Amino acid sequence: MANHTIAETITIPYLEEKGLLSWLTSTDHKRISIMYLLSISTFFVLAGISALLLRFELLMPGKTIVDAHTYNVLFTFHGAVMVFLFIVPGLAASFGNFLIPLMIGARDVAFPRLNLMSYWIYLLGALIILISLSKPADTGWTFYTPYSIRTGTDVILLTFGIFVLGFSSILTGLNFIVTIHKLRAPGMTWHRLPLFIWASYATAILQVLATPVIAISLLLLIAERVFGIGFFDPAKGGDPILFQHFFWFYSHPAVYIMIIPAMGVISEVIPVFSRKPIFGYKAIAYSSLAIALISFFVWAHHMFVSGMSEVAATIFSFLTFLVAIPTAIKVFNWTATLYKGSIDLKSPMLYALSFIFLFTIGGLTGVFLGALAADVHLHDTYFVVAHMHYVMIGGTIMGFFAALHFWYPKMTGKMFNEKVAKIAWAFVFIGFNVTFFPQFILGTQGMPRRYADYPPQFHSLNELSSIGSWILGIGMFVMAINLLRGLFNGEKAPQNPFNSLSLEWQVPSPPPHENFEEIPHVTDWTYGYGKKSA
Amino acid sequence: MNWVPEVASNLASKVDAVIWFITVISLVFFILISIFLVYFAIRYRRRQENEETPYITGSHVLETIWTIIPSILLIVIFVYGFVVYKDMRTPPEDSLEVTVIGRQWLWQFKYNNGKTTLNELYIPEGRPIKLVMTSEDVLHSFFVPAFRVKQDLVGGMYTYLWFTPTKTGTYELYCTEYCGTGHSTMLGKVIVMSPQEYEKWEKGEEEKAVASLPPAELGKQLYTQRGCNACHSIDGSSLVGPTWKGLYGHEVVLQDGTKVTADENYIREAILEPQAKMVKGFGPVMPSFKGVISDDEISDLIAYIKTLK
Repeated sequence: MANHTIAETITIPYLEEKGLLSWLTSTDHKRISIMYLLSISTFFVLAGISALLLRFELLMPGKTIVDAHTYNVLFTFHGAVMVFLFIVPGLAASFGNFLIPLMIGARDVAFPRLNLMSYWIYLLGALIILISLSKPADTGWTFYTPYSIRTGTDVILLTFGIFVLGFSSILTGLNFIVTIHKLRAPGMTWHRLPLFIWASYATAILQVLATPVIAISLLLLIAERVFGIGFFDPAKGGDPILFQHFFWFYSHPAVYIMIIPAMGVISEVIPVFSRKPIFGYKAIAYSSLAIALISFFVWAHHMFVSGMSEVAATIFSFLTFLVAIPTAIKVFNWTATLYKGSIDLKSPMLYALSFIFLFTIGGLTGVFLGALAADVHLHDTYFVVAHMHYVMIGGTIMGFFAALHFWYPKMTGKMFNEKVAKIAWAFVFIGFNVTFFPQFILGTQGMPRRYADYPPQFHSLNELSSIGSWILGIGMFVMAINLLRGLFNGEKAPQNPFNSLSLEWQVPSPPPHENFEEIPHVTDWTYGYGKKSA
Repeated sequence: MNWVPEVASNLASKVDAVIWFITVISLVFFILISIFLVYFAIRYRRRQENEETPYITGSHVLETIWTIIPSILLIVIFVYGFVVYKDMRTPPEDSLEVTVIGRQWLWQFKYNNGKTTLNELYIPEGRPIKLVMTSEDVLHSFFVPAFRVKQDLVGGMYTYLWFTPTKTGTYELYCTEYCGTGHSTMLGKVIVMSPQEYEKWEKGEEEKAVASLPPAELGKQLYTQRGCNACHSIDGSSLVGPTWKGLYGHEVVLQDGTKVTADENYIREAILEPQAKMVKGFGPVMPSFKGVISDDEISDLIAYIKTLK
């Protein structure tokens, strides 16, 4: 853009320029956002297919389609790709990139070239992970030692890929923090910021502070495998539990890197589709920060039966309950926002309401796992698998789908078929619950996780869960087709189809390069819906 | 349908009480949220485009209420979970100790009378049992759903758990910490006997009765008792290790390309020193069974393998 003045570029929609190279070298935050969106969606599909294969294997006891080793490779692939290539970069890198400058009234992020470099680093990390598939790892995405030291599969390349991805995450976080601090439009005070910005800000802090820890842990693991140093291998006097502390010190905050942006999305969608101000703005805004802060001190709740001391278990159990409080506040405030609203059940709203419903189940089942005595029984069973998917699919992915449907007109300049979107939603919602609810029961009955095969008494619920995965798969397939069709056959999107007050809807769909003809002067908060009564 | 497994230890009902307590509180919140969601979505559904809505931005009273009530409940749940946990971590002085050693992919139990069993833990009803556990290789986790106990086994350190079995019977034991290819076959049984039966078992009277079976039958029992089935199939399929079907008397190709005939001496060596002659295409993962199984048992296993044509 260096050769053009703003007056020239402002008339060109950001999607205009064609050609792969023009995309890969663009520093426009919106183009980078779309590249992230396409990349993470590709990995989402790959990891989703591996999940369908896993569920197919578990349809019946005994070997169905794959042997035990292949099963272990598949769940490692599913977990590692979903976590590190889809859901961690996820909403932050895709929608965060698109929306942060638009929502705060800026022309781009603070460091556009650094932003592009983050994307390249992401691609490099992804490439390394794909190369590692020539001898795919079978450790699970958690890489627990000493198994990850001893297995003959390619743990080094996979963890090195994740190490590289970490830099992408750190640089994106840094970029967003500076952008939110420095590039807000005149009048866009902290307490007028859209809640998605607050959520992105909390997420960015986590990315910058927590990611170096996983980077170091994985480097130590690689050193252990290559040089046999003995950090974590008990045969060499190392401590395998130490690795778990290192791993979860990142990976627990990472759970919030995944979920907080989705909470931000929900806080945007609900006011628009109920035409009401968000209920308890400050509580929601600061609870994002509170969750981010507390999330650094709860990591060892993954380790109550690991051999860690009882004192540590007790302290971490207590701290875990603290993190539940700001989370609960958010759920209540979203629900209260609906009161006396004018509720329009369009597809983004259906996904947002599903988020509240499913995330509540995910959160409440977390309470079981935080309580020491209950966790001893439920730990490492399917109860954990179900809880984790209720938070990650019921939470983050519902938020992701809400965001996809909500900002689709803005991002693409087209409309999708709303009726088909609703049908897809119904399949996703029903399929998800049929897949994962039975797993709570399986876990309580004692079925361990990461089992390639299971005793016959667990058959019927597993069968139900596998059938659910097909319904869920069909729903997502229909949704994808519908959104892709919209790109080609969709009607042209108006500037503000859902009557939102947020700044990104006050520019054309799709927005031009540089976003704003003139930087707006903000005089009110984003949620001024409804009539102020006299 | 059974929501929870059988109750077969003193700890089980206490753990269940915690789980039910949290379930009730969770259900109350879940139902409340669901009712409001559905009610609001229907009651305030948009009927015409230009409906007016009130400008409500929050309520300090409500927000304070729904901060304080969950906080109190969460603290109560924490305390309840902790109190039962404390019980679970405090074995009585007079507990009967059994040493548990986990390895890929079997359980070894060592008793005070010098006996060793594999994959089957024998204990008396009504007496506190303390398991002192460690791992010879990677992490494992000892989980018996009917007792509601679980604890990881970690190399280089001892971990423990305790419980008092309250019902005679056979209970399933699972490994719940991922430990590699054979993880889902690292299953065991806990056999809870009446004190009289246990005394008999301790003195070894049981074993004589078993010894009257033909060797191939005994070998068949050992195949599952000793955990061979985790890695070796008897139907021709390759698991972690080569299948036993058609093994005896046939040539096997070793890693260096040489061939040997699988006779009695080869099989014996493969059990005691598994890495001496590795079959091509398989990794060096099998542990040595030296000192773990007796010569008699090896003979029985060979007899069994001979029947798998």
